[in-house]
Amino acid sequence: MDMSQPDNFGFTEEAALLKESARKFLADNFPTEKLHALVADDPDPERMPGAHWDRELWQQMVELGWTCLAVPEAAGGVGMPVVAVAGLVEEVGRAAFPCPLLATLNATYALAACGSGGEAALAEIAGGTSASLAVTGQDGSWSVGDSAVKCADGRLIGSAWFVQDARKVERLLVSAQDEDGLGLYWVAVDAEGVDLRPDAIVDLTRDQAHVVFDNAPAQRVSGDAAAALGAAMPAIWSLLAADIAGAAEWQLQTTVEYVGTRQQFERPLGFFQAVKHPLVDVMVQIDQTRSLLYNAACACDTEPAAAARYAHMAKASASETAAFASGRSVQLHGGIGFTWECFVHLYFKRQKHSQMLWGDAAWHRARLADMLIGTAA
Amino acid sequence: MSESAAKDTPEQAQFREHCRQWLADNHPGEPPVRLPQSPLEIMTTEQLDYLQAWQKAAYDAGLVGCDYPEEVGGGGRNDCQRVANAEMIRARTPFLPNVIGLGMAAPTVFYHGQEALKQRLLPRLFSGEDIWCQGFSEPGAGSDLASVQTFAEKKGDKWVINGHKVWTSLAHFAEWMILLLRTDKSHKYDGLSYFVVPIRSALGKGVTVRPLIKITGETGFNEVIFEDLEVDDSFRLDELGKGWQVAMTTLAHERGAGEKVTPRSGGMKSRSTHSSTSSSLIELARQCQRDGRPASEDALLRDRIIRQVIREEGLAQNQRRARVAALQDHPARLPLQNKLLSSEIAQDTGAIAMEVAGASASLYLGDDNAPAGGQWPMAYMNSYGMTIAAGTSEVQRNILGERVLGLAKSK
Repeated sequence: MDMSQPDNFGFTEEAALLKESARKFLADNFPTEKLHALVADDPDPERMPGAHWDRELWQQMVELGWTCLAVPEAAGGVGMPVVAVAGLVEEVGRAAFPCPLLATLNATYALAACGSGGEAALAEIAGGTSASLAVTGQDGSWSVGDSAVKCADGRLIGSAWFVQDARKVERLLVSAQDEDGLGLYWVAVDAEGVDLRPDAIVDLTRDQAHVVFDNAPAQRVSGDAAAALGAAMPAIWSLLAADIAGAAEWQLQTTVEYVGTRQQFERPLGFFQAVKHPLVDVMVQIDQTRSLLYNAACACDTEPAAAARYAHMAKASASETAAFASGRSVQLHGGIGFTWECFVHLYFKRQKHSQMLWGDAAWHRARLADMLIGTAA
Repeated sequence: MSESAAKDTPEQAQFREHCRQWLADNHPGEPPVRLPQSPLEIMTTEQLDYLQAWQKAAYDAGLVGCDYPEEVGGGGRNDCQRVANAEMIRARTPFLPNVIGLGMAAPTVFYHGQEALKQRLLPRLFSGEDIWCQGFSEPGAGSDLASVQTFAEKKGDKWVINGHKVWTSLAHFAEWMILLLRTDKSHKYDGLSYFVVPIRSALGKGVTVRPLIKITGETGFNEVIFEDLEVDDSFRLDELGKGWQVAMTTLAHERGAGEKVTPRSGGMKSRSTHSSTSSSLIELARQCQRDGRPASEDALLRDRIIRQVIREEGLAQNQRRARVAALQDHPARLPLQNKLLSSEIAQDTGAIAMEVAGASASLYLGDDNAPAGGQWPMAYMNSYGMTIAAGTSEVQRNILGERVLGLAKSK
């Protein structure tokens, strides 16, 4: 039995207040109708990549201080524990709010693992600057350390792929090979030699790009990208699991509401066990994910040696939840669920994106198997 | 993880120290006989004697019933049963045999019985001297529990009971039974009442207990037949016609969603006990071969095993999160999942274990070559008891869908 984590996950009254206020803020300012009107303007499957978002509302979030919550106090931030940030992210996921919060938090955790080299960049984030990680190659491998970007004399050359919310952020944190190994570099999106090439993605609530660097000026923040990213990954996985759990709860409650009103055979659909039981299974799966992600977030805060193990569990579970809740939400809405006008497709697409992002369930379970059973010969 | 000494109240910390001390000095040691996988399969008096002696010792040391008031034989402590449970499991003690008494009868009698009845019954229940059983299911009343037909007719100041109960675990050793029956045939729910009934003293005098044999070949549960059994009105719990409400207290505790924490010990590792956990599964996979290599190196089996690791951790973390009000939307949502999840996880772990064992999964308890002594096939078969008893998994999903999600009732 592990004795080092607090019973309540370290989820303090302050964390509960943050979560509650985020929920209220998003419910008041960003109902699902608004999301649909904002992002679903063009159903054309061959549409040009879009990046629809409510900058004004985002600016309010920045002013509320949400982007600097994870920045350590020493760098001018709030230094809130990961578990409290997870509560906030769960609410952002519930609203499927298009914004670079998760991207900025991810960059924050990586920078916070860079020692003194990351301080200046962290101070920028504390000041309201947004950022995203550019650390993945074209094959989409989530292994930390893969990079097709090189750096010489402070200039980046090459491409980074699957950069999240790239068109919403101001800075990129790029992993690049240099003469000493793999380093982390801080670069402005609007710098010369940075070319964002938007991906045409399924998810309407995010944007994604590959970024081509052609002698882009960059500042080295760490000489050991693998170590910094490795240290940040448990928090990154935990927070994405929180986003998924929040979105899945929306899918569950929306579907429950629908099957409570829709009548067939003179009864509400929810009367039938073929409908009721899968919805219960969705709830059970969501609860597994929520419990595992708060445990993982708490481990990031209080038990770093176990954080990767617990965060693998959280994201493996979350990826299953994303897939299962999405499938059931469309299926149990029946014909209307298959249409563009019904809101469930927005969450379906967001969840399918989240399911694979930073490793799908099988990938995380394979890592866990290596940790818990031992590497297969 | 779900239970942390660091967050103990002063009372809990002092009590924890007491538990540790006592357990260090008083562990009952290796059992003299093969023990079953759970208290529900106790078959012989040798098994029962050993386990009853353990429960009595643990009770005398204050580790059982500690959160109940002293007047009813409890320890008068605040939220200490969790501490005792954690320490007993940590010390790998045997399980407590009076499982239905502790988990179901005690809270039901405590919340619905008259003071004199509580004072009479609960001390010997906690000590394990009186074993208890539960008379709920009938041949015609399974998932539709409220349709029970066992009937009590008022004759003077006595009740005369006739009926037939089934799946009655431990009835062959039980002094007492909690009994859901009908006192009015015209109302399905409001016609139910709830009694405690002395059955051992009435054997051959209105009560017959016959063993039923389980899928595994074990006994442990029974059918109980009442023929004109006379009981006193003082054995009734709560008001006449309130049987269903009283039964809900029993069922909530049975499903791990009640007020009172059930005293639990266990974890004893020996050739005679078994636990269907993912860590045992990993052990098994290391021992079994597949294509000339340890099964633990097979990618597909590894994936399935790790799913079980994750589900087990998820269940443990559910129990932890259930105590953090800010991280849940509905107070019954997590507690009501306990029984469903734990039984289905154990069942799936058993099924995977049999595949891991491959051809050797065919070997049962009586075969010297059986992996883990043949305990896995037995555990897998026994797991169906868990997904059927105390409300089948299907009924659990109805309850969750209706009470937590607010979906229309499926009846």
